[in-house]
Amino acid sequence: MSARVEIDFTLNGVRRKVEVPPAMSALAMLRDLLGLTGTKYGCGEGECGACTIRVDGRTVNSCLMFAADCDGRDVLTIEGLAASAQGEALARSFVEHGAVQCGFCTPGIVVQASQFIARHPGASEAEIKRGIEGNLCRCTGYRKIVEAIANAGSDSTFQGGAHG
Amino acid sequence: MAPRSLEAAAALLRGGGVTVVAGGTDVMPQSRSGKIRLAPVLMSVRRVPELKGISGSDGTVRIGALVTISELLESALVRAELAVLWQACDHFASDQIRNAATIGGNVCNASPAGDTLVPLLALEARVVLAGARDGGLDTRRVPIAGFFSGPGRTVRAPHELVTALEIPLPGPGFVSAFCKFGTRPALDIPAVSIGFAAVREEGVLRNVRIALGAVAPTPLRAVGAEGILEGKPPDPDTVEAAVRVVQEEIRPISDVRASDWYRRELVGNLLRRMLAHVREG
Repeated sequence: MSARVEIDFTLNGVRRKVEVPPAMSALAMLRDLLGLTGTKYGCGEGECGACTIRVDGRTVNSCLMFAADCDGRDVLTIEGLAASAQGEALARSFVEHGAVQCGFCTPGIVVQASQFIARHPGASEAEIKRGIEGNLCRCTGYRKIVEAIANAGSDSTFQGGAHG
Repeated sequence: MAPRSLEAAAALLRGGGVTVVAGGTDVMPQSRSGKIRLAPVLMSVRRVPELKGISGSDGTVRIGALVTISELLESALVRAELAVLWQACDHFASDQIRNAATIGGNVCNASPAGDTLVPLLALEARVVLAGARDGGLDTRRVPIAGFFSGPGRTVRAPHELVTALEIPLPGPGFVSAFCKFGTRPALDIPAVSIGFAAVREEGVLRNVRIALGAVAPTPLRAVGAEGILEGKPPDPDTVEAAVRVVQEEIRPISDVRASDWYRRELVGNLLRRMLAHVREG
């Protein structure tokens, strides 16, 4: 097996070519190779959702994905989302609702929320809770997180059609 | 390596020393924890077109091995015709994992508690396998009841790739349901899971199929209890007889999730609940 695999993909709207070890995770590539440390390493086994990114529009746990599997795909991290109108709307709502405590789970939850409310505009609280069932907040501040997501969902940037 | 055709993938696999990767949600954590060792070659099958898509024709639903759990949930065909499978997908892990995990991967991982395995057993699915030979491909079909040989083990030969699951399209009067019991709703490995399928015909149940997860080294069919229910109405005496038999024919272990005794009680109660729904529905 060659020591490295060259991959060619879109990262936050910019085309990138990167050489990665075949067994490296997408999370390790983002953080250690590309310096995008907004995506967090929590559990490393898909339980906590701190490493959530979007690949071709859908959220996945980047700790469970091989970096080589990013080849040819469209990858969005919290850094890319933050620079968009939807990211700004979510950030504003999280601040207004005091939905950030230690902040470690926040990037993953914001990325998951961006997909969820784009696909389910006007979702109820119960639906939002199910939508973020793959994200853990160990400060246990879920109440304000759910309120922040519900509020962001009413923002005009999420109205008028699904993206994911 | 990321082959772009089934023939190329099968040829690579035949060469040996290959770990097959689809969604990665099992391979990645299992390799990191040391449960499995990655072979020298990692082969992503994501670009193999023959492994994709859900289609229904000639009385069979074909689900490509690469179909994700999210794609199953979004399939109108699965939702309308294969309720037991759709319900299991709805309870599968989390959104992030459903978006990546594939049905072929879930089948090959062969966990005794694998969420899609119980409905596939209840639906009498066939596993389609392809392997390279000189100048072509050999394809064979294995009934899923004979596919699992132990925890994490199957009858798939090392040079074979699971390409699809085939499910006979249910006919009129078909009822099916899935239920799993764990300690939390999301991301849980269930203490037990149960899938039920039958055809309701003039008040009696026919072609009864009961599948159970996490009660034995492999997911299994409760053939004894099926025999008790076959051709009878699901009245209280028949249901209690089936419950007694199902509790005898399972071989649960005691582990961190539940004791052997508790699993037998759960299986009995879940079967009662399902049959009550069938009776009322």
